[in-house]
Amino acid sequence: MGRFLLAVLRRDLTLAARRRGDWLIAQFFFVMVASLFPLGVGPEPNMLARIGPGVLWVAATLASLLSLSRLFSDDHHDGSLEHMVLSPEPTVLLVLGKSLAHWLIYGIPLLLIAPVLGIQFNLSWEAILILEISLLLGTPILSLLGGVGAALTLGLRGGGVLLTLLILPLYIPALIFGAGAVDGVIAGTGAQAHLSLLGAFLVLSLMIAPWIAAAALRVSLE
Amino acid sequence: MNLYTFSSPVNFYQLSGKLIPWFMGGAVVLGLLGLYIGFFVAPTDFQQSEAYRIIFIHVPTAWMGMFIYLVMAFWGAIGLAFNTRMSFMMARALAPTGALFTFVALWTGALWGKPMWGAWWVWDARLTSTLILLFLYIGIMALWSSIDDVKRGDRAGALLTLIGAINVPIIYFSVQWWNTLHQGASISLTKAPSMAATMLVGMLVMAFAAWFYSIAVAFIRVRGIILERERQTEWVKTILEND
Repeated sequence: MGRFLLAVLRRDLTLAARRRGDWLIAQFFFVMVASLFPLGVGPEPNMLARIGPGVLWVAATLASLLSLSRLFSDDHHDGSLEHMVLSPEPTVLLVLGKSLAHWLIYGIPLLLIAPVLGIQFNLSWEAILILEISLLLGTPILSLLGGVGAALTLGLRGGGVLLTLLILPLYIPALIFGAGAVDGVIAGTGAQAHLSLLGAFLVLSLMIAPWIAAAALRVSLE
Repeated sequence: MNLYTFSSPVNFYQLSGKLIPWFMGGAVVLGLLGLYIGFFVAPTDFQQSEAYRIIFIHVPTAWMGMFIYLVMAFWGAIGLAFNTRMSFMMARALAPTGALFTFVALWTGALWGKPMWGAWWVWDARLTSTLILLFLYIGIMALWSSIDDVKRGDRAGALLTLIGAINVPIIYFSVQWWNTLHQGASISLTKAPSMAATMLVGMLVMAFAAWFYSIAVAFIRVRGIILERERQTEWVKTILEND
């Protein structure tokens, strides 16, 4: 079981390493969306610090959606996905491995970029630290829930836009807790409660999302 | 006779055909009665004066919007577990009504919020969670409409409904921490204890009207879905030829 998971992970990471342009797009998108806000709302430092956590979190959710529509579709096109689902290994592990690979490809670079954007938004070091922790806990949720949406919309016309419509409402709790934690530090009420809830949501997503996504994948491939 | 008889489309088609006039009639009678109680019998609220009367539409529609979602999730789960055709048809028939009620609840809420809070919209727990509920309804209906294959659409929609149902209470509780300036969106009948009885009766009558309307409309819609999906069968051909 563990070997299968590792094999899926290694395969997806190798594929991503061979096509760097694909996943760098999501990171550039993250930077650009976040950079548009100071231009749109004005460069006043206090206001930027006020809206910064929310803007960075919203940009992170949108960036995850950008890459999610291709989570299964490339393998679906060349037929390898059906073989993986038909293999005796559990589909849940396949989905879990692919979601984890997505997180490693999309989430980790995002964590590295976020502090730079945090400085641009005039966040304090403490707030940036909490932002990193909240993104560390929150971005796996986005990958896991996104796996459900990608499996449901596999091979549909206009799948990318539909995925956005289906998955954004499910992202809202992660967004609320994640941005709320950073806001809590700035407001002086502390981030612990939000981070605990974010962690709980991560555990819940980890328990439920791979099973639903696996069921959705089987439905979509029938 | 056992209840499973009606999990067969042909039997359910006949049963719902007989029940629709009753539920529709009940909805009209109860709706008129509830509105009469709400607008003429129920006394004026000492805090909110006449503007509170929108409660008689607002609260039943909000209840119904949430409840229909849970019913859809229930039918989706039954359909996925037992592979019953009628459950998926029921889920599909209920969704537009649920979305409609959720929209009406938001709309009347805005009309109520303007005179009471001075704002059409505030980002408070109730409003946000109801808005997300509307998004979920729209997402599910969009998924159904973009999947041509009936079987795949049914199952995909049911899975999305289920994962959304898990999400609804999370959203509901989370926003309490998010926005601590929680406005008194919920109605407290204890504000005017002597008047509570008529107000409560009016609201319950309207809630039953909303129930009856939902059942009637869902039955009408499910009959359409049954005819569409069973069009290759003999009994549908006989029905269509006789009408």
